[in-house]
Amino acid sequence: MAARFLTTLTWFAGLLFFFPVFWMIITGFKHEGDAQTDPPSLVFTPTLDQFRTLFDAGAGPYFLNSLLAAGMSTLLVLGLAVPAAYALAIRSLPRAKDVLFFFISTKMLPVVAVIVPIYVIAGRLGVLDNVWTLVVLYTAMNLPIAVWMMRSFLMEVPREVLEAAAMDGASLVQTMRRVLLPMVAPGLAATALICLIFAWNEFFFSINVTASQAATVPVFLVGFMTSEGLFWAQMSAAATLASLPVVLAGWAAQKQLVRGLSMGAVK
Amino acid sequence: MTRAVVRCAWSLIGAATLTACAGFGGFSLDSSERTTIVVAVVSNPQMNDAVALSHYFQEANPDIDVQFVSLPENEARAKITASVATGGGEFDVVMISNYETAMWAENGWLVNLQPYADATDNYDTGDFIEPVRESLSVDGDMYSVPFYGESSFLVYRTDLFDEAGLEMPEQPTWEDVREFAATIDAEYDDVDGICLRGLAGWGENLAPLNTVIHTFGGRWFDKDWNAQLTSPEVSRAVEFYVDLLRDHGQAGAATSGYADCGTRYAQGRAGMWYDATAMVNIVENPTDSNVVGDNGYAPAPVMETESAGWLYAWSLGIPASSEHPEEAWRFIAWMTDKEYPHLVGAELGWDQVPPGSRTSTYAIPEYAEVAEAYAEPTLRAMERADQDLTIAAPVPYDGIQFLAIPEFQDLGTRVAQQVSAAVADQISVGEALEQAQRFAETVGESYQSEEEGR
Repeated sequence: MAARFLTTLTWFAGLLFFFPVFWMIITGFKHEGDAQTDPPSLVFTPTLDQFRTLFDAGAGPYFLNSLLAAGMSTLLVLGLAVPAAYALAIRSLPRAKDVLFFFISTKMLPVVAVIVPIYVIAGRLGVLDNVWTLVVLYTAMNLPIAVWMMRSFLMEVPREVLEAAAMDGASLVQTMRRVLLPMVAPGLAATALICLIFAWNEFFFSINVTASQAATVPVFLVGFMTSEGLFWAQMSAAATLASLPVVLAGWAAQKQLVRGLSMGAVK
Repeated sequence: MTRAVVRCAWSLIGAATLTACAGFGGFSLDSSERTTIVVAVVSNPQMNDAVALSHYFQEANPDIDVQFVSLPENEARAKITASVATGGGEFDVVMISNYETAMWAENGWLVNLQPYADATDNYDTGDFIEPVRESLSVDGDMYSVPFYGESSFLVYRTDLFDEAGLEMPEQPTWEDVREFAATIDAEYDDVDGICLRGLAGWGENLAPLNTVIHTFGGRWFDKDWNAQLTSPEVSRAVEFYVDLLRDHGQAGAATSGYADCGTRYAQGRAGMWYDATAMVNIVENPTDSNVVGDNGYAPAPVMETESAGWLYAWSLGIPASSEHPEEAWRFIAWMTDKEYPHLVGAELGWDQVPPGSRTSTYAIPEYAEVAEAYAEPTLRAMERADQDLTIAAPVPYDGIQFLAIPEFQDLGTRVAQQVSAAVADQISVGEALEQAQRFAETVGESYQSEEEGR
């Protein structure tokens, strides 16, 4: 009886979480007038007009900019976070806890507090509206979380395995490539995906430091909002399209992700 | 797994090298020498139409490449202000309004457009609607030119009025409007008497409310910058607005703004709606509106003043930091020329023509025909949107639905939040105005000390 109740509750919670996504998807197939009805209606004549308008509006460059900014920043983050996490988790660094706290403390400052200096400095350096500025900002934004995540994954690796590798004469690079990274691959995938999602969805930096050249998908999305007309169907279609790459990436890495996210969860 | 990651990394690095520049937005394989101008616009329907038609400009000006940045009003305003004020230089053309133009021109942030306009054949600045042209000028020189303008008026359902035996006077008062709203509310279960903006924001609920405050004889500051938000006139006006909204307005009014009122009215769920004249794009749009053909338009309701409509113009300017002012002007001239309404009419339909900027637009027979119901009320509302006609007591600021001072974005939003809380019945109107008065006093004091220092 209790198990049945729990199953029902889980289904209910699952559907409750999925409902806004479902509503977003179907709203993308509505006419603007149908998207605004009160009470909301599930009965409507589907249309692809909103998606057609999206492609006519030239979504391509925004997607490419997002892909470049999110992808490059994720690669950079992993390149920096893995060695840092290795030092913090495996080589017992003095004051490791302080270093870790320093990393996470950089996330405590609200981004809005630093946007003016960032904007002015970028302006002086002539790198406003430049996708590489976003790559640098997103790398800085995700690095602390990646270091923390990778450290906890590396802590799970038994020291004996590393000692065995050393006994067999493996160099540091060989140990990293052949022993350590394959063992923490699920964790690496989870970290990469989280960084990718955060960078893909990031809006605040993007809207402030880009204009026509380097604008990303979230900026493209808000362009459909208007104070003088209806826009819900159009924006839902754009949001559906914008979510697809991240959903696909998550789906492709599903197996790794589940293992990665549950690593260290059960002691 | 590792190989896939490496392949992915190489593809990204390849893509990055391919662009070898700032981003994909301006990426082109065409190596010809063209000047690129970046135009920042607010994503309202008329601007989106201009973006869609911009290929005509590019065909006529093959040496110029136009790129658009289209953002919602609040984001666009913040972004454009940051860029223009710090000399960021991302934009060559910016869409601003009569709120910013004079202030920014005085700060030296905008290029004087008068010499450009005078040197352009057939670009007749005298054709711009007089109050609009004046609101965009400093010392007789235009610093931005209007793309479209708006005032405010009252739309009402003629079918419901006929059924209920109501007759809208040529110039309604707010008392008339309250009576009509009460009657409609009582007669129809599923129709609210009136829809008014309750959503907090200086560009939301404060816009209509300020016209009400001014026509009730109220004002934000007296001539010496003493805050007046607890004066009997302002109290009466705000009490009236909040009561009207709570008694006969839409449900959930505190979170309901222009777009929501537009939807409600277009779906036939409100008997009247007092708002921007731009509402005709929603109300008279056959695709989204169920009430096309059932609408009458009356001037903004009054109390103590002759007129009460506001004045707002979306206009185009060139930031002083632009490196291509010549090319920027050529684009602006195309978008604000007398010929532009003809292009919109022929390509997108005459009901899509941006209204309220040029008097010649109203003389186009095709436009006059489709806009028969609202063209004349719009033009009349704009011509009468003058402080002398809409504000009873003398004030130290410009503007009707806003105060043309830099502090107003912040002050207005704070006051708007108080009013919205009163609409939601979280606080009384008296409490809201007392708090609002304190905010206004702070701003007033800064102007008083500025004047004492002179």
